[in-house]
Formats: sequence, C-alpha cells, structure tokens
Amino acid sequence: VTAAGHLRPARRPDAGPAVRKRNAPAQRGLALADLLGLAPAVVLFGIFILVPLLGAVVLSFFRWNGLGSPHWAGGANWAQFAHDPIAGQSLAVTAKVVALSWVVQTPISLALGMFTAGRARYRSVYATLYVLPLLLSTAGIALMWEALLDPNFGGVTALSRSLHLGFLRQNWLGDAHLTLFVIVAIISWQFIPFHTLLYQMGRRQIPAVLYEAATLDGATGRQLFWRVTLPQLRYTIATSSTLMVVGALTYFDIIYIMTNGGPGYTTRVLSLDMYQAAFLQNEFGYASVLAVVLGVIGVGIALALVRFTGFGSMRSQQEGAT
Amino acid sequence: VSRVATASGTAATGRAAPVPARRRGPATARPGRRRHLPVARVTAIAAATVWLAVVLGPLYYMVLASLRSQGSYLTANPWLPAGGLSFGNYGTVFAAGLGRYLLNSVIVTAGCLVVTLLFSLAAAFRVVRNSTRGAAGSFRLLLIGLAIPIQAIIVPLYLLIYRAHLYDTLVALILAMSAAAIPVSVLIMTSFLRDIPQELIGAVLVDGGSEWTVFRRLIWPLARPVLATLAIYDGLNVWNNFILPLVLTQSSSVSVLPLGLTKFQGQYAINVPAVMAAVLLSVLPLVILFVLMRRQVMRSLGAIAVR
Repeated sequence: VTAAGHLRPARRPDAGPAVRKRNAPAQRGLALADLLGLAPAVVLFGIFILVPLLGAVVLSFFRWNGLGSPHWAGGANWAQFAHDPIAGQSLAVTAKVVALSWVVQTPISLALGMFTAGRARYRSVYATLYVLPLLLSTAGIALMWEALLDPNFGGVTALSRSLHLGFLRQNWLGDAHLTLFVIVAIISWQFIPFHTLLYQMGRRQIPAVLYEAATLDGATGRQLFWRVTLPQLRYTIATSSTLMVVGALTYFDIIYIMTNGGPGYTTRVLSLDMYQAAFLQNEFGYASVLAVVLGVIGVGIALALVRFTGFGSMRSQQEGAT
Repeated sequence: VSRVATASGTAATGRAAPVPARRRGPATARPGRRRHLPVARVTAIAAATVWLAVVLGPLYYMVLASLRSQGSYLTANPWLPAGGLSFGNYGTVFAAGLGRYLLNSVIVTAGCLVVTLLFSLAAAFRVVRNSTRGAAGSFRLLLIGLAIPIQAIIVPLYLLIYRAHLYDTLVALILAMSAAAIPVSVLIMTSFLRDIPQELIGAVLVDGGSEWTVFRRLIWPLARPVLATLAIYDGLNVWNNFILPLVLTQSSSVSVLPLGLTKFQGQYAINVPAVMAAVLLSVLPLVILFVLMRRQVMRSLGAIAVR
C-alpha cells in the first residue's frame, strides 16, 4: 500500500484489466459484483428520490387533499398556478433572494478568501474563526438572530441604546421594507464562511509561477488580481455561484422559522408557498405544481451555469491532472 | 503583460503532470507575500477584522445570554457580563427534554453515516472498476440527484413515507437523508478512487484475487481518508437538516435537535437565555469535533469543491 504513492503515473485510459476477452463465468462474477455493489445505493436513491420526483410530476395533474383517492384534474392545477397572484409574488420574492444573496455574498467571500489564503499564521487563525457559523444548524442560527433582532429586548436594540445609534432601532422582522434584506443578511452570515473556504482553496491552487512571471513583467498588485487571480479562479467562481444560486432558490429554513413569509407576503419564497399549500392547506396536487416549478428552475439554472461557465470542462481538466 | 499568457500556458502543461492533488509543494503559490503596500495590507487586515467581529459578535452574545438569568437578560445590558452568570439554563433545557432530541440526532446521524458511506463506497468501487455497462449507467442516474433540490420532492416523499407506515419514525429520517446524501457522496468517492492505479488492482487480480479481495485488501484501506472527509461532510449536513424532520416527523419523542430547538422556542419563547442554552448545547458536539480535528473538518467542508 505504501508503494501506491510511488506507483502513481498518469492513468492510461485503457490500462484497466476491465474489458478484454473474458470467459463467461468471470463475466458473470463481474455482473454479480456490480449488482451487489451498486444496487443498495441505486435502490435507496431510486425509492426515496427518483420515485418522489416522478410522483411530483404525476401529482401535479391531480387534485388531492391527502385523504381518499386523488382525482384527475388535467391542467387545472397548472392553470391555477398561472393565475395565482401569491405564487407570482413568491416567484418575485425568490428571484430577489437569489439575486441579492449572490450580489452580497460573492464579493465578500472572494475578498475574505484571498485574505485567508495567505500563509501567515494570523491569517489561518482568522480562517479558523470564520468557519464557526458553519457548525450551527439553520434552526440555531434563526433562533440566535431572533434573539438579537427582538425590537424590545434584543441585542441590536441594546447596542443602539448604549452606542446612541438610533438607526439600529428597527422592527427588523416586522417592517415590510426591511425584512427581506434582513433575511438576505442572515443567509449571507450563514453561507459566506463556506464560500470563503472555497475561494481560499481555489486561490491556494494557483501555481506560483504565474505570479512570478507577471511580477517580472512589472505587474502591480491590482493587475495581479485582475489578470492572474480572477481568471484562474473562474472554476471556483462557477462552483461557488452555482451552489449559491441553487441554495438561495430553495431557501426555506430561516424564513420558515423567523418570518413564516411575513410581514404580509414580503418574504414568502416559493418553497415556503409550496410547504404551506401542501401541509397547511392539504392541496397536494397544487403543491406538486410548485415543487415541479422549483425543480425545473433549479435544474435549469444549474445546467445554464454549468454550460455558461464551462464547469464541465473543469472536470475533464481535473481528470487530466490526476 | 503578454508574458502572463505564456505563463498560463506553462501552467496548463504543468497541471497535466502527474502531481498528486491536494499536496502543495514549493511549486504552488504563496499568497500574501510582502509585495503589497503596507497601506493595502493594513486595510485588508482592518476589513478582515470587521468581518471577524460580525461573525463572533452574535456568537458571543448567544454564549453570554445563555449564562444569565432571564431577569438580568431583560433588565441589564445583554452585551456585558453582569448579574451572576451560571449554567442553570443548561440544566433547565435538559430537564425540558433536550437530552431526548440529542439522542435522536445521534441515532439518525450515526445511522445515516453507516448507510451512506457503505453504499457510496460500494457503488463508487463498481463505478471505478467499470466492468459492465450497468455501472456507468447507474453512475449517470445517481448524478441526476445532484441537481434536484430536496424541496422539489418533499411532498411525494412525505406521502410515500406515510403510506409505508414510516411517518414519525427515526427510520424514515435515516432512509430519506441517506438517499439525499448518496449522489454527492458517490461522486466525491468516485473521483477519489479513480486515483488508485489500475496496476494495483490488476496485481491483486493476477494473484488470483476476486473483486471482493480487491475491495477488502485495496479499496477499503485506501479509502480511509475519503471516508473520514465524507463522514464529516455528510454528518454535518444530516445533523443540521431541518426540512426533512419537519415534514417527516411530528412527535417530540422522535424530534431531532434542529426541530426540537424550534419546539423548544415555542414553549420558552420569552425565556431567551434558555433558548440560547439549547442552541449552544445542540452545536456542542460539533464544536468538540472541530476543536479536535480542525484541519480535517475544514477540508471536509470544502470537499464539495474538490469533486
């Protein structure tokens, strides 16, 4: 096993003893091995992910309150969706959450990632402390911020009193103009640490020769960033953005716990709308329409980002490297 | 600046060389050398410190609040330690049933990890061996799972679990969360196993070993590091998952921590110190893990980027 490190030449694609002429019993042995190895994962995944996925599509054409048997509804649920002002509003709120969280998180994570990628000891201390929010559950984060943002007894109000900063006295979770931004800020607090980590790792993988060559040519620090660092980070940016956008699209926990979509409908995102349709109003057919919409948008955005940023080419590039 | 283009050309060829990933030799960059002006560096440190305050401030607030009595929390400045700090709130939350939630979380996380890691490793092994057409097909099927948001399937999943008489059980959580964790785990595991030279596998087979021997003698020992990485990555996700327990369970006796916390808040809404103590207790096992194996945890958190 220790020899493995030395015996690590570039993998020849046809090196495997896999195919080649083989007698029937051996082939049967391989088939059995594949069956035993793959079946557990595929079956579990099939039953609990794929079947529900198809189920959502099928259910979207039925009316069902969960009791009795479902009734065929044709396109009625879809027509309802097209004319539902609340669903339209939810789509708009979701779009806002997605856009805002990308705009807020990306520059901050990028800057912090560049900072923590430094080798100096104190920077790794910063990096370690930055990770802490990732250990908390979303439920924990929601309860913590609820305590902080309580307009009467919360930490932020206490801060505004002792520092005489009047603008910190707000009804953070009850003001229709403010709450969406508060939610985005909390989402950012939770996820910037993760994206910082991605950028930190990405920055550390950039070969030093690039910087040396550019420095010999007299590039300034700013030019190094724009012409070397940023282009080299394009795959990290693609990965981070994909996770950010898809994550924000399906954001549920914090909004469910902290505002439940309020005040009014100002923070009611699509996933919350779906949850309420299914589990409060027992409209499983209509909820499935919302679920399918959510899934299609999610997969669509992920595929678009992959195509747009050449994420796929990254994978083949990495394969070449290992 | 034209040199930069040449340099990146060199780097591209350099990348194709069989350098083991993840290990950084002297060839990689040392970011943050003394090239910047002191002013730029001071600004960077100042900005980084501001963010540090943003991260640590709320956590400090929560720790302090958890140590105060409800009365002193409401009357004195909650940012300053005052009015006799004590661990009394922690006792209160345990008496109120947090121990049960903790136990449920441990059971679900352990169950998920056993199922997910075993199934993913077995599947990834077969994908890498690539011996029948079914393996490649199964891999592509599993990859579909990477793009599906859990919200898109939660309604039929609930109905399925309900019909299977698994509603409101820990088993339902273990099965659903494992299924959700399998695609990304198989992907990470596969990209790791691909680095094992085919020659090694060939050597075992030439010696008369079976596929099972290859798995036991070669794959299992070599996969230790990636198993550790995934155990932390999947474990953290399962421990903190909220929506699946919310939809698939109901009774307090099967509540896991994240859901338990919100129930708790329902009961103790006005007792903020007790709620904060509960949140801190729920994260305590992860903090201990983090303190013990900081590097490993940080690498695992970024595991998805290395895929």
